[in-house]
Amino acid sequence: MSVTSQPTATPETVARGAVESVLAVGARPARPSGLAASLTFWWRAMLKIKHVPEQLFDVTMFPVMFLLMFTYLFGGALAGSTGAYLQEVLPGILVMTVAMITMYTGLTLNRDIQKGVHDRFRSLPIWRPSTLVGPLLADGVRYTLASAVILGLGLVLGFRPEAGVGGVVAAIGLLLVFCFSLSWIWTALGIVMRSEQALMGVSMMVLFPLTFVSNVFVPPETLPSWLEAFVNVNPITLLVTAMRGLIHGHAVAGEIGTVLVVSAGLIVLFGPLTMLVYRRKA
Amino acid sequence: MTPSESAVSVDGLVKHFGTTRAVDGLDLEVATGSVHGVLGPNGAGKTTAIRMLATLLRPDAGRATVFGHDVVTAADEVRSRVSMTGQFASVDEDLTGRENLILLGRLWGHTRQAAKARAADLLEAFGLTEAAGRQVKTYSGGMRRRIDIAASIVVTPDLIFLDEPTTGLDPRSRNQVWEIVRALVAAGTTVLLTTQYLDEADQLAERISVIDHGKVIAEGTSSQLKASVGTGALHVRLLDPQQRGQAERLLATALAEPIRLEADPAALSATVSDPRRVSYALSELADAGVEIANFALGQPSLDEVFLTLTGRPAEDQSVDRPDGEPPSAPTTEEVRA
Repeated sequence: MSVTSQPTATPETVARGAVESVLAVGARPARPSGLAASLTFWWRAMLKIKHVPEQLFDVTMFPVMFLLMFTYLFGGALAGSTGAYLQEVLPGILVMTVAMITMYTGLTLNRDIQKGVHDRFRSLPIWRPSTLVGPLLADGVRYTLASAVILGLGLVLGFRPEAGVGGVVAAIGLLLVFCFSLSWIWTALGIVMRSEQALMGVSMMVLFPLTFVSNVFVPPETLPSWLEAFVNVNPITLLVTAMRGLIHGHAVAGEIGTVLVVSAGLIVLFGPLTMLVYRRKA
Repeated sequence: MTPSESAVSVDGLVKHFGTTRAVDGLDLEVATGSVHGVLGPNGAGKTTAIRMLATLLRPDAGRATVFGHDVVTAADEVRSRVSMTGQFASVDEDLTGRENLILLGRLWGHTRQAAKARAADLLEAFGLTEAAGRQVKTYSGGMRRRIDIAASIVVTPDLIFLDEPTTGLDPRSRNQVWEIVRALVAAGTTVLLTTQYLDEADQLAERISVIDHGKVIAEGTSSQLKASVGTGALHVRLLDPQQRGQAERLLATALAEPIRLEADPAALSATVSDPRRVSYALSELADAGVEIANFALGQPSLDEVFLTLTGRPAEDQSVDRPDGEPPSAPTTEEVRA
C-alpha cells in the first residue's frame, strides 16, 4: 500500500497553456437548422425536468386530485351517479388540467430573461423562434403525461370511451393542438411581465374563469342566459364539446373545425406578437 | 484607423431608459487583436454599451460596427463572430456544467459527439472536470465565472466581451480569470473588458477608456492615463489625530500637491506625480515629530482617477431597475431593458 500521495495537478486550477490550446481548435461548424436548434432547446427542457422533477407535480398530482374531487363531489348531485358523471367530466378535467399548465413555457422564458440565460441564447446566430418552439414542444410531453395520468385513473374509476382508442387519441391530439396555440399567449406575456409571480397571477386570473365558467362541470342550459351566452362562446367549451364528441363517438366535424380555427387564430395573433415583443426587448 | 483594423467602431451611440440617458454619445475604437478596457463606476453605462455591441439592445441613436458589420442591420454577422460573458449573459443554473457546454456546442452547430468532446476539453482546460456533473447553482463564485467564460468560447470567438469579469471574486479566482484573458489574447481574440478597477485595466488592457454618465471622458494607454492623474496616491495615517493639521502643512510643502483630509480623523492622502518626493515628505514628517502609524503608496484608485478627471468622486450612479427589482446583487451594474 502506498503512503505517498500522487503529486497530481490540482483539479481546481486553470492552465493557461490548456486554455490556449482549446482556443486554437475552436472551429466554427455550420449553423444549425431551425429544427435542430429547436430540438436542442427541447432537450434542454427535458434536462430541466430531470434535474427538477418537482415541476412534474402539476402534471401528475393535480389531475389526480381534480378528477377524484370533482367526480365524487358533484357526480351524485349533477348526473345522478359518479359513474355517469365521470363519462362527461373526464374530458373536461383533461382540458382544464392541461390548459392550466400551458403557462410553463412563459414562466421558464420569464425566468431565463431575469437570470440572463436568455441573453446568451439571443447572442447566438440561431433561428430566433427556436428558443420558444423547443420549450413549447417540451410542453407537449407534459400535456401528454398529464393526459395519460387522467386517462389511466379514469379507466380505473370506470371511464369507458365509447369511440375506443382511436377516439381518445384524436381527442388528445386536438387538445395538444389547442394548448400549443394557447401557450403563445403566455410566451408573449412572459417576455413583457416583470416577474414570474406577476405572470403566474395574470395567467391564473385568465385561466380560472375560463376553465370554470365553461361546460366542464355543468350543462350550460342550467345557467342564467347571460352566463350561458358567455359559456357557449368560451373556447374551452368548444374544445370540451369537440373532445366529448371524439371520445364518445358523436363527433361533429363543425365542432372540431371551430376548435382548429380558434387555435390557428391564437397562433396567428400571439405568435407574431410574441416575436414582436421579443425583438422589442432587443 | 480604417474599419478593417477596428474590431469595434462606435460613433455617438445613445441609449435611454425612460429619462435616464444610460449611454449618451459614446465613441470607441478597439483595434483587432488588442485588449481594450472600459473603466467606470456602477451605472456609468458600461453594460448598456456592451449589450448594444452584442446586438442585445437596439441603440436609440449613433452607429456601431463590429468587424465592419453594423450591429443593427447585420446582427447575425456580428453574433457569429462575438461572444460575451458577464452579469447579463450567463449559463443555466439548473443544468450541470457539462450539459451547459454541450447545449451551447449543439446550438453552434456541432454534432452531438463533437459537442461532447468540446465540452470535455473546455472543462479540462478550465479546471472544472470534477465539477462537470454538478448543477451550476452549486458552483463557487470563481467556478461560476470560469464556466461562464468557457461557455463563451465553445466556438473560439474573434471578439469577446467580458463584463466585469472579476467583480466579487477572491484574489485567487481573479488571477485565474486574468490568466484566461491573457490566453485569449495570445490566441488572437480581441477582448473588450469592462471593469471598475484601474488595477485590472492596468494589468490587462493596452488601451483604456474611462466612461462616466455614458460618455468617454478620457482615453489612452494605462501609462498615459496615469500620467494625467498622477502615478499614484500616498495614504498616510497618523498615530495622533491632533497632529493632522501640522502634517497637512508639511506634506503640502514637501509634495507640492493638494492634500486631502480623509473621513478617518488621523488619515490624509495626496496624489503624487513624482514618487521620489514621497520619501522626502515622509522624512519631513519624522523630523517634525509627527508620528506615522502607517503609510501606503498605491496606484490611483478609480475614485482618484475620477476625482482628477471630473473633479468629483466616482459616485455610484446606479438607479433602480425599471422593472421594480431592487439593485440587489453587488454585481448588478445598472438598468436592463
